[in-house]
Amino acid sequence: MIEMEHVSFAYETGEPVLNDITVSVGDGESVGLIGANGAGKSTLMKVMLGLLPHEGRLTVDGLEVEKNNLAAVRRSLGFVLQNSDNQMFMPTVYEDMIFAPLNYGLSREEAERKADAVLERLGLTKLKNRYNHKISGGEKRMAAIATILVMEPKAVLMDEPTSALDPYNRRVVINAVRELRQTKLIASHDLDMIRDACDRVLLLSGGRIVADGPADTILRDRALLEAHRLELPLSLQNRTSNSALGQQSGKHRTASKRI
Amino acid sequence: MDQIGASLRELHEMDELALRRSPVHGLCPLCKLIVTVTFIVTVVSFPKNALTALVPMALYPVLLFQLSGIPVSACFRKLRLVLPLVLAVGLLNPFFDRAPLLRVGEVTLTGGMISMITLMVKGVLCLTAAFLLAATTPIDALCAALRRIRVPETMVTLLLLTYRYVGVLAEEAAVMTDAYSLRAPGQKGIHISAWGSFLGQLLLRSMDRAEELYAAMLLRGYHGAYPHAGTKPCVPKDAAYALCCVAVFLLLRRYDLARLLGSLFVR
Repeated sequence: MIEMEHVSFAYETGEPVLNDITVSVGDGESVGLIGANGAGKSTLMKVMLGLLPHEGRLTVDGLEVEKNNLAAVRRSLGFVLQNSDNQMFMPTVYEDMIFAPLNYGLSREEAERKADAVLERLGLTKLKNRYNHKISGGEKRMAAIATILVMEPKAVLMDEPTSALDPYNRRVVINAVRELRQTKLIASHDLDMIRDACDRVLLLSGGRIVADGPADTILRDRALLEAHRLELPLSLQNRTSNSALGQQSGKHRTASKRI
Repeated sequence: MDQIGASLRELHEMDELALRRSPVHGLCPLCKLIVTVTFIVTVVSFPKNALTALVPMALYPVLLFQLSGIPVSACFRKLRLVLPLVLAVGLLNPFFDRAPLLRVGEVTLTGGMISMITLMVKGVLCLTAAFLLAATTPIDALCAALRRIRVPETMVTLLLLTYRYVGVLAEEAAVMTDAYSLRAPGQKGIHISAWGSFLGQLLLRSMDRAEELYAAMLLRGYHGAYPHAGTKPCVPKDAAYALCCVAVFLLLRRYDLARLLGSLFVR
């Protein structure tokens, strides 16, 4: 689905942000993209979408990512932005949903039919005619995903899909992501979510891919993660640290009793 | 922040008003646009002293308020900033034109006074009509209507995106004002020494957000032309509405209805 060979990107001034990246993502794969802040995760996604230029060879669904193919490439890749406020720019959820289909030349009836189907699939029918400025953060994130799915992309790219969500909404988003049938590439610091939703992980550091393998193997490798300013997912952190936390909270309890 | 937040809410409120359902909301946007423009042109074309002839033109906004369910208070609340300017336009007229024109009991009204009131009424009527158009027609539909009368795509897109980005700019300004006031307790507004950096930051932040928004649009197939497909077509009912309204405006412009009615009772 996505093939990258020696792909690099640098801003006009400064160090390269992406450095000689060679990787491929197959059809139907679910890949987590992890790395510390500034590792280049979002930049890599923007390069794939043709929002930033690149050096090297990059193809999406067999099409070279270049000016002439951008429309087709972007139709194949749906991108869920980190900030849903930037993704939802129309007054209502429904108008946002039909924005892409109308742009792709569908009739209003057909666009509405597709939008209804996606809303029903994601259980979001109640949001249909809600105003974007009046829905909660979690609803907005789900609606943002819906606006992408209505395009029927072959692959979905997500930038921090669970950031700034409460536990319940986080779980809702994770479940929705897991049920997506498309190829998925998810950039996130939420390693538990990556462990839940992805089979394969790419670890990015300093603009290079430093590890590529099964999610369970990479996310259990404490030394590797710590070497790149990450930690084990909370669900894999050992009992010692948990009990230490427990003791600490016990102390706090005692202290508060004294007060 | 309160002021910016209130402005943002007002902006959203306009969107909400425009998405209501009523006989007026259901009319074809192009017809509403044509009727509004005709109304404004007709109102402006009345002679400066034709106050009585102008008064029946108020029927149009009154009727639209009734049919659309838009609260009159919402209109005047939103126009509160512009109305004083409109009302101020003719303030000097009474000083320049002192020729007596009308006597009401012991009070003599000069030409300047009448023309001042006429100007004020014209301003209020025009603003009200423009407000009613905006409050009963979503901005996208309005832009689609503009495209149908061959207004250049660039201008229409510019109008639409400006409308959308006003909200983005206001949101960023609200966040920055909040952050500022939390670290400047007891201070009213932004200190003059911080204006430069504040505006610079606001520009950079809103540019960043605008770029993100634009990227989100590009990634969903936007190619410089807004998708107006499927906007409400004109049906005979819409055309009849437009024709009736235009005909009534022209009749009211041609004949002084108030004087005709008055002449029935007063000789």
